Amino acid sequence: MATYSLTDMESGQKGKVVSIQGGQGLHARLDALGIRPGVSITKISGQIMRGPIIVRVGATRIAIGFGMARRVEVEV
Amino acid sequence: MIKKVLLMGNPNVGKSVIFSRLTGVKVIASNYPGTTVEFCRGCIGSGTRKIDIVDVPGTYGLQPISSAEQVAVSILEKAIEDKDSIIVNVVDATNLERNLNLTLQLLKKDIPVVIALNLWDEAKHTGISIDAEALEKILGVPVVTTVAITGEGIKELVAHFGKAKPGAFDYDEEERWHEVGRIVGRVQNIQHKHHTIGERLGDLTIHPWTGLPIALLALVGLFFFIRLIGEGLISLVTEPIFENIWAPIMMRLSALLGPDNFLHKILIGQLFEGSIDFGQSFGILTTGLYVPFGAVLPYIFAFYLTLSILEDSGYLPRLAILLDNALHMIGLHGMAIIPMFLACGCNVPGVMATRVLETKRERFIAATLMSISIPCMAQTAMVFGLLGKYGVRGLFPVFATLFIVWLAAGNLLRILVRGESPEIFTEIPAYRLPHFATLLKKIWMRIYWFLHEAVPFVLAGVFFVNLLYAFGVISAASEVIGPLTVKVFGLPFQAVAALLIGFLRKDLAVGMLAPLGLSVKQLIIACVVLTMTFPCIATFAVLLRELGVLDMLKAAAIMIGSAFLVGGLLNLIL
Repeated sequence: MATYSLTDMESGQKGKVVSIQGGQGLHARLDALGIRPGVSITKISGQIMRGPIIVRVGATRIAIGFGMARRVEVEV
Repeated sequence: MIKKVLLMGNPNVGKSVIFSRLTGVKVIASNYPGTTVEFCRGCIGSGTRKIDIVDVPGTYGLQPISSAEQVAVSILEKAIEDKDSIIVNVVDATNLERNLNLTLQLLKKDIPVVIALNLWDEAKHTGISIDAEALEKILGVPVVTTVAITGEGIKELVAHFGKAKPGAFDYDEEERWHEVGRIVGRVQNIQHKHHTIGERLGDLTIHPWTGLPIALLALVGLFFFIRLIGEGLISLVTEPIFENIWAPIMMRLSALLGPDNFLHKILIGQLFEGSIDFGQSFGILTTGLYVPFGAVLPYIFAFYLTLSILEDSGYLPRLAILLDNALHMIGLHGMAIIPMFLACGCNVPGVMATRVLETKRERFIAATLMSISIPCMAQTAMVFGLLGKYGVRGLFPVFATLFIVWLAAGNLLRILVRGESPEIFTEIPAYRLPHFATLLKKIWMRIYWFLHEAVPFVLAGVFFVNLLYAFGVISAASEVIGPLTVKVFGLPFQAVAALLIGFLRKDLAVGMLAPLGLSVKQLIIACVVLTMTFPCIATFAVLLRELGVLDMLKAAAIMIGSAFLVGGLLNLIL
């Protein structure tokens, strides 16, 4: 088991969110769409040149800006 | 006694569709989060038993993130205070877990709730089954299953308004997600299904290597599609009607009125070699009708047909993701592409849609940029009419210049306007096949809006222009401003009138350029300057409301300044 940030994960990889490196605002924003420690997450793809990361959480596909995605730590 | 029903729920779960079904009031519904940015009111019942229905903008939680969400939370707080309202919490059955997060927060509030479990058919198709009765027992409020798009379950929903209850479900706020998980585990059963072909194709459209070429193709395709439909309708439908049916009637009226009197001038306008020229005669019944119905309406239809299909399919959020990097260059993020798209139809809904952006800074940048560099479809249609005969040589410089202005001004604003620049963070809705009847209704609503809001302005504008000419106001204004336009833009004195009328209606203003006998270069400059200078009065009003006086003045100064700069430069370069 190793921990990666969402940006470092490979497309198609699955894992569990372990922590979010950020303040309350970031936690609340991610939480609203269901991204919080403990949930399973699958990375679908990234974009070139540090574009948004696409993930799947439960039944939802979500696009997350690169800077935000970097602060989501996932255990793969 | 219930007086008010608030439709609340996550974005893009079908609240607006339910609202239309309940009230018959037509509102725009689309397949992307954030279609509704302002609450909309309607009512059902009659006489003393009238109930107000409020379509509240979607929200993921009760701590607002965008200004559209702020609107939602304030409406809720007001309703709790008034104690005469219930909430219909619209829940997306295909996405129970995320939706219940808001539901549980609503249940903690002191207000009765009914749950509408919407998209029930789609949930079934994707292999999700939910035990609605069990959910009702756990939460202690009525649960009704609905398929809003076909109207299934709407009657039952109304019948349950009276049974709405405040939530009886108690939980520890810290444990909310665990509670959601527990409830979902008890009521939902998912049959494992393989990814559908649709989903796979869907992923191709957001994968960078395949998505960007597809997006480019799609955008170019859209442009030609709109032009094809627009020109097709003009040459096959509207022009024949005006030339073969309306012109003879007008000629008879002209003979009846006799030339050279004021009424003839106002209604018919000028005759060219004894006949009417709908582009140039400039009477209310000739050019006044031809501009909105003959030249602009075909393009309005073509544009909204395309936009509505794009909206309902779910492609726009994907485009937002692909273009996210590009939009960061102008201080915005990908989702700003949606207001920009809407602005290509009309700047008014474009400015309204900037509410999906999180910060004041982004809203200022987006609203200013669209008023400077995005011509509305009415204006674009007239530009096509005027410059189309020169082909690429005439049209390309106009739109290329505006695009460069969009990029350059955006870049400057990004640097100059201080403040935060949040990143894109959005749900990507499933692709859906647009529902035909709903699509038609939406296109019709938008056309109706154009007829209702724009046509009177065009007619009034023609009348006004004739008056101004008759009283010599325009020649006086030309004397004052004329030398400036000659020197800076290389445009003749008479173009001043068009620039002034641009404040009223841009399409009409472009139409006023037709009789001036301008060269291609002058036409290009005039079209660019008309787009950039000052927004039309309707856009001006909405900018004032959305930005406030101070920011509106700033935006206006930027517009006028950049119009002079770019118009002057074009005059030197071309």
